[in-house]
Amino acid sequence: MKHPQALKVVIVDDEAPARSRVRDLLEDCASSFPIELVGEAASGRELLALLGTRPADVVLLDIRMPEMDGLEAARHLLKLPEPPSVIFTTAYNDHALQAFELHAVDYLVKPIRLRRLHDALTRARAITPLRLDVLQRITPEPRQHLSVQERGKVMLIAVSDIRYLRAELKYVTVRTAAKEHLVEESLSRLEQEFAEQFVRIHRSCLVARAHVVGFEKEAAEAGESHWVVILNGLDEKLPVSRRLQHIVKEFGKSLL
Amino acid sequence: MASINQNPAATLLPNFRNLGVMLRVLVIVTALTVVAAMLKSTNSSALLEQWVGIAAVVQPIAIISVLMLGAVNSWLHRIEYRSAVVLIVLAELAITLAVLRFGEPILQTGIEDAGRGVFFAVATTLCLIGYFNLRNRALSPALTEARLQALQARIRPHFLFNSINAVLSLIRAEPRRAEAALEDMADLFRVLMADNRDLAPLEKEVELCRQYLALEQLRLGTRLQIDWHVDNMPKDALMPPLVLQPLLENAVYHGIEPSIEPGVVSVNIYHVRDQVHMVLRNPYRKDGNHHAGNKMALGNIRERLALHFDAEAHLQARVGDSQYEVHITIPYVKADER
Repeated sequence: MKHPQALKVVIVDDEAPARSRVRDLLEDCASSFPIELVGEAASGRELLALLGTRPADVVLLDIRMPEMDGLEAARHLLKLPEPPSVIFTTAYNDHALQAFELHAVDYLVKPIRLRRLHDALTRARAITPLRLDVLQRITPEPRQHLSVQERGKVMLIAVSDIRYLRAELKYVTVRTAAKEHLVEESLSRLEQEFAEQFVRIHRSCLVARAHVVGFEKEAAEAGESHWVVILNGLDEKLPVSRRLQHIVKEFGKSLL
Repeated sequence: MASINQNPAATLLPNFRNLGVMLRVLVIVTALTVVAAMLKSTNSSALLEQWVGIAAVVQPIAIISVLMLGAVNSWLHRIEYRSAVVLIVLAELAITLAVLRFGEPILQTGIEDAGRGVFFAVATTLCLIGYFNLRNRALSPALTEARLQALQARIRPHFLFNSINAVLSLIRAEPRRAEAALEDMADLFRVLMADNRDLAPLEKEVELCRQYLALEQLRLGTRLQIDWHVDNMPKDALMPPLVLQPLLENAVYHGIEPSIEPGVVSVNIYHVRDQVHMVLRNPYRKDGNHHAGNKMALGNIRERLALHFDAEAHLQARVGDSQYEVHITIPYVKADER
């Protein structure tokens, strides 16, 4: 089946029977144009690992999956140097589908029909690439990971591991207990998306509520003192801006 | 017979064996004694004394009546409504007179109280019968049926499509398993679309659950593990159909699907004396972000249990650290007892 111009396809679904069904249908399509099945993945995470080593032209991506759903996976894979076209698959008339129609995002409703799959793949190379802002708009829930591109691969950072986010000039520093990463996002966007998990302690800094261990009063040079946040697993202490001191009190209640 | 849809004459009388009915009778009678005491007493210190005096006479009558009516309940439901009412009033008269007569040495009720006592007994009895008549009309079969039907018409489209997908994927590779799956689906949908107002044996519900889980296992493979503890279940206990199945659907949807790791759904059914307990557990993760549907299913089931068993059925949902548990208790009613 290997053919220089074969369309390289990846199937992503958490349910094995669903993948095998798409595989059968791809074989049927292969009679009319060359298709190469590059691989299969059972989660968004697996997909990103797979694409790091084996590039693909088209990803057939299930929307509802555990750990990382299809919509979030699609956002991360846009970080790849040459992101594949994405065709979402879904079993139900999700409310998201209206948004898909609106933004001309390709999708197939399961049970997938051979004819529809055939059409979608024929158009695949011409499919308008997904746009990040569109994906942001049609994904109502906050992501579970942030991602950075490193050496042609997408690196994932679980949001629950993040200790703080700090705005730099063009980037945001993402600090976990072990490492530091730079992501190209805006701090205020992140603050909006993760309003439940993070709290602003400074004009340029958000800390993860779950990792706040305590607060300390630190004497400043002019004899004035200010509060600093102590985070679980970090030696670094982050200053709380004078205007946002009230959060110390709010935390004080919950930490006691 | 085990239906809510009985002949109307019989349903105007309450089921005196139902705990809810007994409680209602006792609560209403007690409330009336408080009112009577308030009317009789001039100041607040006399109120308690008055009430104790009245309750000492009235409570024994009420308790004896409730026990007696419970004993002859099924017989009362077989005779005509009017005769049943007359008989109940006569019985109440007899009980009141007997309590007044034999309780005289202890209660020290004067003979001049007897006339008033009899009057109050008859009035209260008629009021209560009238109250249950109205209540049963309010929950009349037509209304109850409409509510039941509305509650049942909630087959989840997700499940239908998931199953069809799973079967489609099997047809080429494993035609035999596809056949078995379609058979399970046919059985399930037969029940889902049937008229489910009648109570059905527990055994049937469990069988339905097994078929449902077999279908889900096609899809989820080893991710879905089921722990059955039903060896000691009372197979003949009657319950409303489709109580456990939707709860298992919830367990799979909220407990198994959100994780890539295998999870265990456990089903534990047993009976303690005349109560049947059904306990379902599934893994639960706090970060799950879909609870709304779950609450609707619970509300639906709770309402259906109440329509069938009134206060004798309970549904309790508990969230532990990593587990979600639903505990249902229903009275152990056998097919031949209804």
